[in-house]
Amino acid sequence: MQNSSRIVLGALSLAVVAGCVKPPAPLQPRPAAVNADSMAKLRADSIARADSLRAELERQRQRAADSLAALRDAEQRAATLEADAMKIVMATVYFDYDQSTLTDAARALVDAKVPVLKSHPALRILITGHTDDRGSTEYNMALGLRRAAEVRNYLMANGIDGSRIETNSMGEERPAVEGTGEAVWSKNRRAMFAPLSGVQ
Amino acid sequence: MRVNIPRLATTSAAAVSTCVATLSLAGAVLVAPTAARAQDSTGVRLNVSYALGSKPGVLVLPTDSVGPDSIRAIMQRDLDYDDRATVIALDNQAARALLPRHGKEFNFALYAKLGALLVVYPRATPSGLTISLYDVSRKKIIQTQTFSTPLEVNSPAWRLSIHGVSDQLGLWIFGSPGAASTRILYVLDGHIWLVDYDGANQRKLTSGMLDLSPAWHPSGSMFAYSGYSGRGTGSQIAIRNFETGETHWKNSSVRGLNITPTFSPDGRTIVYAHGVDANTDLVGANVNDDEASKRLTVGKSINTSPAFSPDGRQIAFMSGRAGHPEVYTMDADGSNAQLLTDFAFGESSYRASPDWSPDGRTIAYQSRIAGTFQIMAIDLRDRSTKQFTSEGENEDPSWAPDGRHLTFSSTRSGPRQLWVLDVTSGRLRQLTKQGGAKLPAWSPLLRRP
Repeated sequence: MQNSSRIVLGALSLAVVAGCVKPPAPLQPRPAAVNADSMAKLRADSIARADSLRAELERQRQRAADSLAALRDAEQRAATLEADAMKIVMATVYFDYDQSTLTDAARALVDAKVPVLKSHPALRILITGHTDDRGSTEYNMALGLRRAAEVRNYLMANGIDGSRIETNSMGEERPAVEGTGEAVWSKNRRAMFAPLSGVQ
Repeated sequence: MRVNIPRLATTSAAAVSTCVATLSLAGAVLVAPTAARAQDSTGVRLNVSYALGSKPGVLVLPTDSVGPDSIRAIMQRDLDYDDRATVIALDNQAARALLPRHGKEFNFALYAKLGALLVVYPRATPSGLTISLYDVSRKKIIQTQTFSTPLEVNSPAWRLSIHGVSDQLGLWIFGSPGAASTRILYVLDGHIWLVDYDGANQRKLTSGMLDLSPAWHPSGSMFAYSGYSGRGTGSQIAIRNFETGETHWKNSSVRGLNITPTFSPDGRTIVYAHGVDANTDLVGANVNDDEASKRLTVGKSINTSPAFSPDGRQIAFMSGRAGHPEVYTMDADGSNAQLLTDFAFGESSYRASPDWSPDGRTIAYQSRIAGTFQIMAIDLRDRSTKQFTSEGENEDPSWAPDGRHLTFSSTRSGPRQLWVLDVTSGRLRQLTKQGGAKLPAWSPLLRRP
């Protein structure tokens, strides 16, 4: 769709340029014998011609501007749709303490990713699991991987090819929020998503 | 005969407080058979008597060395941190007056009056550092030996050599070396760091994206850790040689998570946790052969943090197979897995990070108690447990080769730091000052007496 829009835009630009380049016909000097009436008529005609050309030019300009605006608008809408789609795929999913099973809220977030992944078959993603900083640093590395795997398995169960999804873990080493307390910890127990390739 | 200093306080003082022990120089109690030397196997008897449970007074005479941290200061600190002797504290000038006149006339009466049972007489000689140990009550020399020391005073190698002399003193006095010639690997800001056991020579060794879980090779010449080599998306096991600085990435073609390495006591096998999909299992591999690896744990759960028994026959590890993390043991080939820490008294128990004591009798680990992690040890014969800490979050215990000291991370003073605990007396000291230090691994003796 983008390619054909570009061609339309190019054609319009050419038309606009052509209108600009063609100057109004210059007023030719006439023999001195011409009388005052005909001089006035000639002047009026040429002014009218110039006005009509100017008006035509203005109409063309306006049409081009309108098309351009419409095109930009369409592009904007498409980009927004694509960005929204990517936002859905990359939306972070959260977990309960020491758990890797998907909560209802998490499942709803992952469900929304499925149609987008299906409509973007070239898209490959990396899921990275994270934990809060309570518990064993070493066990948390494995728990982070388990969280990422849980999301991957759920996507696969919903028809997404597992070869499109890599998993990894940062354990408790890359908190989203520093500090202590459930408000902080709940933001750190998460699976994050990043594109590996195939982003449009 | 060896003076048996009880490992855990539960069995100590009461029964033996009035006993009198005889110190011995028998060499049979060395940690490693290779460390035995001719001079140590003669079994010379040292008839220094002192109440067991008390700490014999040791006076270290000054040397001619200069600088803020003299040989005497290092040796005194080593004896102090060793927790088996009482160092007779005298400033350098006062101690100078106690030097033997003409190099041989010792004022033993004065040493006794100061509370010294033993006197250490160090002096620089053309061939190195000569140390003599004197018995104050019998007014005679017990041992003397000359140690070669690196020329560059206060360099890490020089300090290590002085610590090695302190360990030799421990062997002479108590029948077993201390843990002075050791270093501790740990993690700070996602990189591997190294620090001498006394807090000196703190330095960063790696600079990867995320480096974790350092583990010493029993030779002390290399260490393993988990890191990101940049190939693939997962972490791999790296083996770094201290001398050459070279890093070998183990199984670098294997994807997924490869974490928590540990070496077998014979140094030939490396065991680590390999995570792929939802499960993380322990695998064993030949240190020098990337292909031959064997899965040791079965089931669908998380298994990490392996630690070998000193005889190499068993492995302690943590597993989530029961629904929450607990410590298990199994034979080194993966058979006979069994739960070590029972969870009868806590419904939401969480136990992790096992480390087997050098004498093979206990396993230290961390356990969640009333919401915070504390350092515990479990006796392998009767399964009795002992809690070593109660203040702040305390995690990742690692035994010193003397089997008497533990290092672990603690938040007791604010940000997570490394601390050292004498499990016999309960004495505690802070090892690191830079916040965030964790996952310590205590080295074997790096200078075998």
